[in-house]
Amino acid sequence: MKNNKILNISNDLRWQIGDGFHDKLTEGIYSDAAQIAQNSVFKKGQTKRFRFDRSLDKIVTSKIWGFPIMILILSVVLWLTIIGANYPSGLLSELLLDTIQPWLKETSLSIGFPIWLAGFLFDGVYLALAWVIAVMLPPMAIFFPLFTLLEDFGYLPRAAFNLDNLFKKAGAHGKQALTMSMGFGCNAAGVVATRIIDSPRERLIAIITNNFSLCNGRWPTQILIASIFIGALAPQSLSGALSTLSVISIALLGVFFTFVVSYFLSKTVLKGEVSSFTLELPPYRPPIFWKTIYTSLIDRTLIVLWRACVFAAPAGAVIWLISNVTFGDTTIAHWLIENLNGFGFILGLNGVILVAYIVAIPANEIVIPTILMLTVMSVSISGVGEGNGVMFELDSVSATGEILKAGGWTLLTAVNLMVFSLLHNPCSTTIYTIYKETKSIKWTVIASVLPLIMGFVVCFVVAQVWRILL
Amino acid sequence: MMQTVTKSACESCEHSNASGLKKLGINIDNSDFVVALAGNPNTGKSTVFNALTGLRQHTGNWPGKTVTRAEGGYSFGDKKYKLVDLPGTYSLLSTSQDEEVARNFILFGKPDVTVIVVDASRLERNLNLVLQILEITDKAVLCLNLMDEAKRMEIEIDDRTLARDLGIPVIPTSARSKEGIQQLISTIHQVATGEIICKPHRIKNVPKQINNAIEKLCTEIEKEYPNIPNSRWIALRLLDGDERIIEAVKTGEFITE
Repeated sequence: MKNNKILNISNDLRWQIGDGFHDKLTEGIYSDAAQIAQNSVFKKGQTKRFRFDRSLDKIVTSKIWGFPIMILILSVVLWLTIIGANYPSGLLSELLLDTIQPWLKETSLSIGFPIWLAGFLFDGVYLALAWVIAVMLPPMAIFFPLFTLLEDFGYLPRAAFNLDNLFKKAGAHGKQALTMSMGFGCNAAGVVATRIIDSPRERLIAIITNNFSLCNGRWPTQILIASIFIGALAPQSLSGALSTLSVISIALLGVFFTFVVSYFLSKTVLKGEVSSFTLELPPYRPPIFWKTIYTSLIDRTLIVLWRACVFAAPAGAVIWLISNVTFGDTTIAHWLIENLNGFGFILGLNGVILVAYIVAIPANEIVIPTILMLTVMSVSISGVGEGNGVMFELDSVSATGEILKAGGWTLLTAVNLMVFSLLHNPCSTTIYTIYKETKSIKWTVIASVLPLIMGFVVCFVVAQVWRILL
Repeated sequence: MMQTVTKSACESCEHSNASGLKKLGINIDNSDFVVALAGNPNTGKSTVFNALTGLRQHTGNWPGKTVTRAEGGYSFGDKKYKLVDLPGTYSLLSTSQDEEVARNFILFGKPDVTVIVVDASRLERNLNLVLQILEITDKAVLCLNLMDEAKRMEIEIDDRTLARDLGIPVIPTSARSKEGIQQLISTIHQVATGEIICKPHRIKNVPKQINNAIEKLCTEIEKEYPNIPNSRWIALRLLDGDERIIEAVKTGEFITE
């Protein structure tokens, strides 16, 4: 009871003081701060450095140049990633897949492993791991440090500043630009980053739409498919540029959907006022180059890679099992593909892709290897692969293309796969993170199912239009 | 964790306190003192945190990088310190989630020392938060960070006058290049062990009527809870109608935790 006495007195006093308490207190703090600062801070006039920051800000946040510069920076980062990752990826796959894998399998068989165990371990689990490392490590080791350098330099808040107006028009919070950028690295990280948004309504919008930022698990899929099918449309010298362009289009399509869905949500289920906020543009700081490279490798690249491996190993096992366990006279994988082929065709995709996306719910990174393995199995191409349920990486991009074309792939399949890779349910880690952050099953389900439905709709429309026009 | 500190001549000298520093990374069991790192966004708290613990928490040049609190440890002399890196906030008077993490920790987590990291080149703006924190706790150290940047902008700061005005020790640092970290560590030690007694500044420029109300409520709170160190802050928040604090007064959270 004695506690209530304090509260009662405080209530009485609040009546006596009247409304202005908060403002007067804030005023008091400000004038104290000004006084103290006056006593101990000495400025020698305006400085060059400040002027440099300001003139750079005038350019990168200008109405005319702001957006082109943003897209240019994104293009350069992606282009460097696509060009730079090619060679080390090839080296890694040669080492891990062409040299070590056969050796492991032969050795294990020669020391008396049963065939099914050797198959399960080295054609399933090991190959999944090796593939994820070969295909993911190089692009991540380039993309993340570049992104971190931009972050340390101080560019992100400027990008947020540019996008603020668009987010406001969409009824969302301007800081969503920051969480969206984080999503380009990893959606789970992007969802956690939404804590910087105060209003619960706007935070939910940011969480639900974060999946429209292409995450690093999906960049390699985009890059590979773009190189095989879209890059091939142009002459050799331009194919890198054309693939980069198509990947950027998909990324920008994602940004576009972020705005559309934010707008839709804020006009329907998540109605409310747009809250205002102040965004401080921090000074530009020259990044400490090597330290940034080191921390981004340790903190981001290796941690994300580790996560991918943790999910890839059991997925490899599952793939091997569903393609080797028979069910009547066909394998489980075959049965699934047959049954999903019809639905896949309507979407301009195929059964293999849909099965791959089911297997790959834990991690988007393993979509491509799963697709390749299932394609080889379902069309029984002779001379490639080593048996049912063997995930493999082919020596060259063009050989991978041959396999897919033999599996009935067309340019439409490729385009729709890129669209579907952008628009489908988040990976299981992100779903779990959304649940942890929202503590609501309803919003978690919405955030997971909404993009999937959108993916179906967009793919369907693209497929119909394509088939009518071409 | 890894230790790759380059030792300057001073640090390797036997008279230096650095010899007593051991970075413990995430090993934070049985700590003797809890130290909180607070400050405005983007003032380099995470960099100071990394310099002290040897951890490599990622730092970024944008406000809002740290949204949860990170913990790490170091030992100095024969004492073990647990260091808590709080999300950056501009004020303790509002209610967004990241700001609440910081406020609740300083208020209810009762750190032994609160290190307030400020951007030396934007001191006046940063002082708003400093003054609010000094209302809550009287064991604080001001880490005047980004001195290198201030120097480049030709801003000079008289840290002695500042320390006298604020009533707490002020340590100029450039955490990126690890300048001043040694003094910071030994000052934290001195405040934690009571060698340095702080007499923190209290907000002065408030109208008389309000000041009277604060004092009246303060006496009342102290009557009920004689051992409370931050009755003035609680009074301020109650008068502002802060739900979280009203709840805490109802449940008596201050004494139990």
